Amino acid sequence: MFSNPTFVAMQVLNSLSLGMNLFIIASSLTLIYGVLRIINFAHGAFYMVGAYMLVQVLTWMGTSNLSFWAGVLAGGAVMGAVAWLLERFFLSRLYDKEHLLQLLFTFALVLMMGDVMRMVWGKGQLSADYPPALSGAVNLGFMQYPAYLLFLCVLGPLVAVGLWLGIERTRWGRILRAARLDREMLGALGIDVKRVFSVIFVIAAVMAAIGGALAAPRASVESEMGALIIMDCFIIVIMGGLGSLWGAFIGAIGLGFITVFGTLLLEEWEIALVYLVMIAVLFVRPWGLLGKPEVERV
Amino acid sequence: MLEIRNITKQFGGFVAVNNVSLSIPAGTTHAVIGPNGAGKTTLFNLASGSVTADQGTVSFEGRKIERMAPHDIVKIGMARSFQRVNIFPRQTVFENVQVPLIVGAGAHLNPFRRSAGTHHDRVMELLEMVALADDAHRRAGELAHGRQKQLELAVALASNPKMLLLDEPTAGMSIAETKMSIRLINDIVRKNNLTLLFTEHDMNVVFDIASAVTVLHHGEVIAQGAPHEVRGNEEVRRVYLGKH
Amino acid sequence: MCTPWQTRFLLAFFAVIAALPLLGMPHLMDRGVQILILCLFALSLNVLTGQIGSVSFGHAAFYAIGGYACVILMTRLGAPLWVAMPAAIALGALCALVIGYFCVRLNDIYFAMLTLAFSMLVWAIAHKWKDVTGGGDGFVGAKIPDLLRDRTAMFWFTFAVVGLCTFALRMLSNSTMGRTFIAIRENATRAAFIGVNVRRMRLLAFVIAGAFGAVAGSLMSLYIHGMFPESAFWSESGRVMIVVLLGGMHAFIGPIVGAIVLFLLEVSTAKHFEYWPFVLGLILLAIVMIAPEGLVARLASLRTRGLPRQESGHA
Repeated sequence: MFSNPTFVAMQVLNSLSLGMNLFIIASSLTLIYGVLRIINFAHGAFYMVGAYMLVQVLTWMGTSNLSFWAGVLAGGAVMGAVAWLLERFFLSRLYDKEHLLQLLFTFALVLMMGDVMRMVWGKGQLSADYPPALSGAVNLGFMQYPAYLLFLCVLGPLVAVGLWLGIERTRWGRILRAARLDREMLGALGIDVKRVFSVIFVIAAVMAAIGGALAAPRASVESEMGALIIMDCFIIVIMGGLGSLWGAFIGAIGLGFITVFGTLLLEEWEIALVYLVMIAVLFVRPWGLLGKPEVERV
Repeated sequence: MLEIRNITKQFGGFVAVNNVSLSIPAGTTHAVIGPNGAGKTTLFNLASGSVTADQGTVSFEGRKIERMAPHDIVKIGMARSFQRVNIFPRQTVFENVQVPLIVGAGAHLNPFRRSAGTHHDRVMELLEMVALADDAHRRAGELAHGRQKQLELAVALASNPKMLLLDEPTAGMSIAETKMSIRLINDIVRKNNLTLLFTEHDMNVVFDIASAVTVLHHGEVIAQGAPHEVRGNEEVRRVYLGKH
Repeated sequence: MCTPWQTRFLLAFFAVIAALPLLGMPHLMDRGVQILILCLFALSLNVLTGQIGSVSFGHAAFYAIGGYACVILMTRLGAPLWVAMPAAIALGALCALVIGYFCVRLNDIYFAMLTLAFSMLVWAIAHKWKDVTGGGDGFVGAKIPDLLRDRTAMFWFTFAVVGLCTFALRMLSNSTMGRTFIAIRENATRAAFIGVNVRRMRLLAFVIAGAFGAVAGSLMSLYIHGMFPESAFWSESGRVMIVVLLGGMHAFIGPIVGAIVLFLLEVSTAKHFEYWPFVLGLILLAIVMIAPEGLVARLASLRTRGLPRQESGHA
């Protein structure tokens, strides 16, 4: 099967589109960790909110380009509002506490948000349609490829570059980088660190939700989808290195390829391959490919 | 006993310690002095296994230890204290000193031996030495800073070392406390025939008890020798101008 | 450290459980078995998380391995109980050794994530390896010794095993090894500088935790006559983590207190309320925001308020 170049090209593009879709979600996870030093277990739940919101908007407005993008934005907006509330009333009280508590808070969110979805939308599987403008196939010369997936392949790097520019070139980005290194110092300089954290958390949640909305047409929308995606996100950010944007990018592409080609070669055992690769990466680089090593030697 | 040769350590672009050598015979007291940032703590970290040197060697009793892990270095007889107090704050003073004794006896690998009260006599002996016997059952974190430093000393001694590395043992102490502390350290070192390497800011402290001094500046040795020699050294005076 | 009042609580707990068969309601014995297994599972996790301070999100892996190994050996290989169960525990310990070897090299966050990943790997294997494990439907209809099919016998068997394990873990907690674990938790750097090979001790704790976790899993597999992949899913690890946290990680009986509370809540609520995960999440939220040090520590501070400290009692 690998002798057919069109087939291979298709699988490569599949890997990339999958990877880029995952990157949009995982990048915000690594962003939260980089600044707030929190592993957000609820990131999958945020993704899920975006997906469900899209489904709901499409149900209300029918399938059209407008309704699709409105749905995506609605997902982001709703999640942003919820995230703001969560951060303001709960998470902000935990910043000075042990990491374990912050982790467990996000875990509590996972449990609760999953059930909230079930309460509102029931236990069944829902689906979202592709937006009409992107629902066809694009002629790449030697082959046809779904337009929507191509869109994802393009969107991913745009998001990466956008984030990178935002972090490296803007004042906000500088504040972000400083918050990563020394939040106390930042506070001493008169910058409202709490607001920085709040904004980052909300932005990341919005990104996760948008990622979820964008993934909805390809995925089955149900209350377990958060749990399934979070493991992929973790694998990506761990392999790439917690807090590293480009690490997440490489990790996402890597996971995309391992998943697609792994499924071809090993079928359902592909999942074992994913974990084995992650274990191998961590064995060689215990802080991920582009993560920062700890100075301590214990 | 401790022989450091041509040790160099860089962190990124910053050279913390540059080609430093010193030699400490057994039973002597050696001080390393220098302004903040001179590389004293890094030197300690290199000698005690916290950090690996880029170049150079560290030998303890003839054995090369520059690549040894901290726990192994303790096992062969070198114990240290830290600049910033590094004890077990939520455990009692007694427990703080007890754990090194447990480890020294190999009992840390024994799941059958009760820990309550074990090594009691030796713990109290050590606490007496540092005048903390009355506080044995207080939480270590509740002690005043000066007494926590004394506890650090007891913890280091509990590892039954041949050599002590004390990183700024009197940091944060008042003049009276410093005097007392140094006298205490000196007593203990003499009584137990230990070798001592310590760092300090206060020159007077140093000249009281050290038999040899090394002066560091920007990671390099600028003077080395007996205290009175170093005191008279021009460059040392310049570096310390205004300090004492 | 298991302080005297904790020991009293422990004895009282076991006495209450032992009295269950006398109450003449058979389903109470079932509950007794379930809660005993949960207690052991939580105690095993606490060796790792509470005592030595390595927070694991994948402890369910050993629970699952222990359970599957036990029933598979008995059913497919016809091994008798006294061979299958020790073998299952040994396999759990061996897996813990291998998994732990990769995990203890990492710092807190990566450690937690890698343990999670390993337990999901176990789940995946249990799910896919249909020939051996029965796949997604689970391993059912295991060949349990006839004796244990009797409810009362199963109860006493579980009681004996859990009692013995609790005794062993209590001994560990009070031992010089236990004290060293605590030192590592409190200040790993300092521990290294008093001669402790921290990595090796962490691996040791990992193996001990895995072994006792496998005991709990074996007991469960004997009780339900089989095993399911879900027992390795991250939600199972999360549940036992909540139990440990609820009671308090730093007290020996913390996991037991947490198990009792959670179990009672589950039993009284889950039947009537469809959205149990929501309630669980709410409980967790409450713990995190209000009583992060756990119920035992909360109660202890209420008891000793105003009294001078005699011992640190700090486990």
